[in-house]
Amino acid sequence: MEPHNVAIRPALSRAGNTREASRALMSDWWTQLGEADATAAPVANTFVMGSLAEVLNAFDIPMMFPEIAALQTAVKGKSMDYLLAAEDIGYSPDICGYVKVDIGLHNTGREHPLGKYPKPAMVVSSNMCNTYIKWSETWERQYGCPVFVLDLPGWRGTGFEYSSTSETFRNDVKYVEGQIRDLIDLASQVSGKKFDIDKLREILGRVNRMSELYQAILAMNKNRPAPFNALTEGINYMGIANILRGQPEGVEFMETALAELEERVAHGVGAVPDERFRLLLVGTACYTNFREFVGMFERWKGVFVASEYMSFAGGGIDRGVRYDLDRPIESLAEQILITAQPSMSGIFFSHEWQARMAEEYDIDGICYHGVKSCRTTAAGLPDAREWLLNNANVPGLFIQSDLVDSRLWAEAQMRNRIDAFFESLQSRRVQAGV
Amino acid sequence: MEEELGQIIEECRIAVEDPGYPAIHQWLEDNPDGKVLGHFQVYFPEEIAHAAGMLTLKMMGFDSSVQIREADAHIAAFVCSILRTSLEQGLSGRLDFLNMYVTTPICDAARHISGVWTRRFPEMSCQILYLPQNAASPHASTYLVGEYRRIAGIIEEITGTEITDEALRASIELFNENRRLLRELYRIRRETPWLVGLTESYLLMASGGAMPRERHNELLGRAVEIIRSRDRRPQDKVRVVFEGGYCEQPPIEMLSVLQDVAYVVDDDFMIGLRWLTEDVATSGDPMENLAVAYLEASSYSPVQRDPRKPKEDMLLRRIRESHAEAAIVAAPKMCEPGLEEQVAYDAALTEAGFPHLVMEFEEKTANFEQARMEFETFAESLLFEFV
Repeated sequence: MEPHNVAIRPALSRAGNTREASRALMSDWWTQLGEADATAAPVANTFVMGSLAEVLNAFDIPMMFPEIAALQTAVKGKSMDYLLAAEDIGYSPDICGYVKVDIGLHNTGREHPLGKYPKPAMVVSSNMCNTYIKWSETWERQYGCPVFVLDLPGWRGTGFEYSSTSETFRNDVKYVEGQIRDLIDLASQVSGKKFDIDKLREILGRVNRMSELYQAILAMNKNRPAPFNALTEGINYMGIANILRGQPEGVEFMETALAELEERVAHGVGAVPDERFRLLLVGTACYTNFREFVGMFERWKGVFVASEYMSFAGGGIDRGVRYDLDRPIESLAEQILITAQPSMSGIFFSHEWQARMAEEYDIDGICYHGVKSCRTTAAGLPDAREWLLNNANVPGLFIQSDLVDSRLWAEAQMRNRIDAFFESLQSRRVQAGV
Repeated sequence: MEEELGQIIEECRIAVEDPGYPAIHQWLEDNPDGKVLGHFQVYFPEEIAHAAGMLTLKMMGFDSSVQIREADAHIAAFVCSILRTSLEQGLSGRLDFLNMYVTTPICDAARHISGVWTRRFPEMSCQILYLPQNAASPHASTYLVGEYRRIAGIIEEITGTEITDEALRASIELFNENRRLLRELYRIRRETPWLVGLTESYLLMASGGAMPRERHNELLGRAVEIIRSRDRRPQDKVRVVFEGGYCEQPPIEMLSVLQDVAYVVDDDFMIGLRWLTEDVATSGDPMENLAVAYLEASSYSPVQRDPRKPKEDMLLRRIRESHAEAAIVAAPKMCEPGLEEQVAYDAALTEAGFPHLVMEFEEKTANFEQARMEFETFAESLLFEFV
């Protein structure tokens, strides 16, 4: 391994703005949820894929994203407390850790390290992850709250084309639009508020803007050096994109982030000093040992310039949401199918997306991080890795740990594999005469 | 007659257990231009393929007779066995006769199977059938009819045969007969479980997924007649319901161990074959009838969301209707939906004060001593309790 040089980085006027904004907004989110809990105001539990934040925000219903809350317990070193509490009441070690953290929280007084964990008054789940549905049913049983399942038909298989004029697309839109109208009725009942279509229109307009900005942020990493690490800073962008989807603060945050990145690019400042390897992360991160995990790549001057995570967990925002504000509900149904749903289907058929990303972002290698907690993101990774190597000549590293279960973190083994991967990347360069 | 029944069951056993799919190959020999559609668990409307003259194969996993040589390199280790063994069957070439493969996104791991098959078998039509997960939605049936028509269109392209309403009605009739026979078999299990062993019943039922349904109707019809006429006396065994076999199946040896100690009076094994609980109407639009039946006259499983059918209530109903005295709430190893549902079942049964055993199984298990001990201990504890 090469010695770690200390980089002299120019002082940038916008440095730290995004991190500060992210912290403040996340803190405000927890405060809002805590207040809702204290006043028994209705809170909706929803998920990062297919949140339908547009509809919930139109009724001012605060949203809890239990996936985000669960990963935060791991970053705070507390996930095992909750996870083991869930296992104590019968949940298997072989199911999603996020689910168990949430169940642990709900069964141990709802005290999250960052604030009060509210009871849901309603749930919006989607089929984008089947576990969402099973997870939602735990709240249905515990609190008797209504569970709305947004059923999104996905990519259908060999030869499938999803043009806006196809019969299948029209059939799907009708189904999804009908469901959205049902959700509007439910949200109105739960919140006690009337539906205001102009408010929805405003929210959709802001999602359009957030999506433009999010896409611009992602594209920043086509620069060399890449100005942000898709794993560390990317999590912040994605978190805010979810909790403030369609809110004015969400738009402001994206503008702040983009401005900071533009400044970094203008000054040639990279996320990792002396960037040497450009990586794509496929799968999710390990939050119990987040710093160590990232550090194992950074010590080789490897930077994650992109991640599949920033795509599928962004609820389609990376794919360019373009709501037609003249037809808000119809357009919401269409755009969910065009943007969010392919993000979900893309997890299962992501080989072509990975090959395209490798080319567009000049990627040296792909890290496939399989987590037992999440079959959705992880079950097919070995096959995708082999396909990429054989069909696109992109080398891949397959490692495994977990999102929130520290029992599955094996540092020495992980480090050995990562080091060996970087050595092989170096050797490829030598062989290629680069 | 027992000898004849033995022969029938042996034919069913071969169809279920032989990883070489002899019944499918026999059909292909008889129909050299025939096309075969494979579909993964849990439910697929086989009538649509049948109406185009296609043979359907319901994918099952296998026990230790199938060695995993290639599948582990293509799918993560933390998935259930049926995903690995069924993939192994494909990668090893044993499923080369398939012209089309359909999966339904029943769980997060199974959804990857369609991706893997698409990458590994680019020449095959690998399709995903999105069955409604918002089954109570008033918009679900219209959507599902459209989805069935889409699948029908692909089948028509592959077979070169138009699926007419008449053909589809005839196929529905054939499958209605099959469902009637299966309901009769299960009625016998509920009312006079001493007349048919669990393994016999299981093989008679499950083989329907791996042979032409016409042949299955013949075998099943005759078997039911013979079983009805058996002269057997009831034994002092506990009546139990087995829950947890909706996708991956327990090894037959495990069922054999179980039938030694209990009468299994109802179960959810291969529930997709029995998903439609009533005859499907043949008048009117047959495609619509199939879609409506899927939503409105159907069973339940952990992988279908239908708020009208809370799973615990459905299990309690199954227990009530079969007059069971206890339940075995099982889940395949690494099966996320099954393991999650197991907690809810356990809580509901505990609250109802109903005796039950919670356990895991794996299709590739080769040693059944532990299962025997669990079943025997459970059965004995119940017998003592009842005394």
